[in-house]
Amino acid sequence: MTAAETETPLSAPLDVGFDYTRSVGPVLGRFVNALRERRVLGVRGDDGRVHVPPVEYDPATARALTEFTDVADEGTVESWSWVAEPLDGQPLRRPFAWALIRLDGADTSLLHAVDAGSPAGIRTGMRVRARWADEPVGHIRDIVCFVSTESPPGDPAPAPAPPPVADRAEGDPVSTVITPIHLNFLHSASPEESRYLRGLAEGKLLGQRCPACGKVYVPPRGACPTDGVPTTDEVELPDTGTVTTFCIVNVPFLGQRLKPPYVAAYILLDGADIAFLHLVLGCEASEVRMGLRVRASWKPREQFSTTLENIAHFEPTGEPDAPYESFAHHL
Amino acid sequence: MTEVAVVGFAQSPNVRRTQGTTNGVEMLVPIFTEVFEQTGLSTKDIGFWCSGSSDYLAGRAFSFIAAVDAIGAFPPIHESHVEMDAAWALYEAWLKIRMGEVDTALVYGFGKSSAGQLRRVLALQLDPYVVAPLWPDSISVAGIQARMGLDSGRWSEQDLAEVAARSRRDAAGNPFAQVSGDTDAATLLDAPVVADPLRAHDIAPVTDGAAVIVLASAERARDLVERPAVVTGIDHRVDSPALGSRDLTRSPSTELAGRAAGVGTDVDIAELHAPFTHQELIVRDALGLGDGVRVNPSGGALTGNPMFSAGLVRIGEAARQILAGNARRTVAHATSGPALQQNLVAVLERG
Repeated sequence: MTAAETETPLSAPLDVGFDYTRSVGPVLGRFVNALRERRVLGVRGDDGRVHVPPVEYDPATARALTEFTDVADEGTVESWSWVAEPLDGQPLRRPFAWALIRLDGADTSLLHAVDAGSPAGIRTGMRVRARWADEPVGHIRDIVCFVSTESPPGDPAPAPAPPPVADRAEGDPVSTVITPIHLNFLHSASPEESRYLRGLAEGKLLGQRCPACGKVYVPPRGACPTDGVPTTDEVELPDTGTVTTFCIVNVPFLGQRLKPPYVAAYILLDGADIAFLHLVLGCEASEVRMGLRVRASWKPREQFSTTLENIAHFEPTGEPDAPYESFAHHL
Repeated sequence: MTEVAVVGFAQSPNVRRTQGTTNGVEMLVPIFTEVFEQTGLSTKDIGFWCSGSSDYLAGRAFSFIAAVDAIGAFPPIHESHVEMDAAWALYEAWLKIRMGEVDTALVYGFGKSSAGQLRRVLALQLDPYVVAPLWPDSISVAGIQARMGLDSGRWSEQDLAEVAARSRRDAAGNPFAQVSGDTDAATLLDAPVVADPLRAHDIAPVTDGAAVIVLASAERARDLVERPAVVTGIDHRVDSPALGSRDLTRSPSTELAGRAAGVGTDVDIAELHAPFTHQELIVRDALGLGDGVRVNPSGGALTGNPMFSAGLVRIGEAARQILAGNARRTVAHATSGPALQQNLVAVLERG
């Protein structure tokens, strides 16, 4: 067994998020704008059934539906399930029920939260009414939750902050809903990548050679992409190499750390068969060229961790350029 | 048109957590080797590759591209991907062979469900305008479905516990299963509810895993294995995404797919993809499977539910029973989406 297999692979939290902005169109647009006025709208299907939330097309005939009708903000629990530990983003921060609620005047049910205190506080057939947000914005979350009509909670659950709202001209209807989505993962590096990252923490560049084709990959891969076999033989590579291709970054963007213009380049380390992306600094951007010989400029050792950022950038060695033929097949 | 047969099947162990990456390479390399040993084929012999996986599970874009490393895709291969359970990748591969474009295909699915909070990630399968912004998790949605059947008398807590107990006992004979044990319904019912009305035994475990199936034209299949499992019917249908407009205690899409695939009454074994106990009862009913049909001898998804391959595993298990000579005619079912929204049914027969 190799050292790579006996060491625990590295992992780290990976938090991804994006505020989805969605145009609501003519049907859902009517629905969310009504919510802003604390009204619930349904749409009548070809069979006469009233769908809440409204559907854009009849589920049976596929005809575009246009006949809107108001339904009550009060209705009956059709079925429910209990959430003992609410998850991030759910409507309530204390235990609650999810329920399918048939609002009076509707023929389909709406899925929403019921602030019921405990499973004993809800049952199928129970009457509930909407608890509206203090300041509706035109979003499903304008309904904070539902509560029992007979015995609403004495201590209403604190409502989370309202969703973000898209800019629009004064008096215009809501045409976009914004939904922030945030997910949390534990990202794991492969055993080979972990070995490479731990090598970087010691100032070493570790690649691996495919036992079938002999190619050296840095960073190493779990499997050779050409042969589909695990890469096993470890190879320590020097911190010198050749620029195979590059681009001059002139465009500013969010999170940019350097002032343009600067050069992002593919660097083929001496002895490697695959180039990786890094910065080339230490000369004018206009002087960077294909075949330029470069060396890593490492950060001070006390700043090292398990990252390629230990190399601040690459800079020219001053050697003569590598001939094109020496790297042409790595482009 | 060309008939299509399953000639190879392998799966990784179903586990709560792997240390591997979300691109599945570590799980896929050994099972590719396994199906090549079963069939005598090699990478170069495969006419078409198709996979099922999800970026939402991996937490990054184009995660399936990295999985292609496990293939050794040089010279370039003919490849496709579905952001669904790999049972639907198998459907695509089946079409390619039916059309005579290729005569072999390899289908694989993988998922590292443990990388994120699975039941929360799955909330994003719901309508993105008026449902997903509330983050209804997959277990809660299934709980609402289960209670509808409990309230209406279509099933009882006892019925659900019987499904779980049988699945766990069967899984004891499945070396890949995550959950197994010699238990009975009474013992299981002693446990508390965890997501009222559901108990832990009603809910499939969170599983990391991968699976692979090799398909071949019926003609080619006869040269590769002794008893190919011919796909005599396959179809998939979808129900409305509006949960509140469906009768959640029934599955019209499974019923339609089953009828189109020609399930009929002559069935030895059925492998049904039911991540919740009550869903097995719904699917069984929709397919019209009688008491004589052996359901989920593998233990089913309730004993190991590798996201994006658990449906493919059902087809693999149904085929394995024919490849091994244990059955003559089997049915496989795969599901995708909340509360059995989309369903695929395949019928397999000894060639």
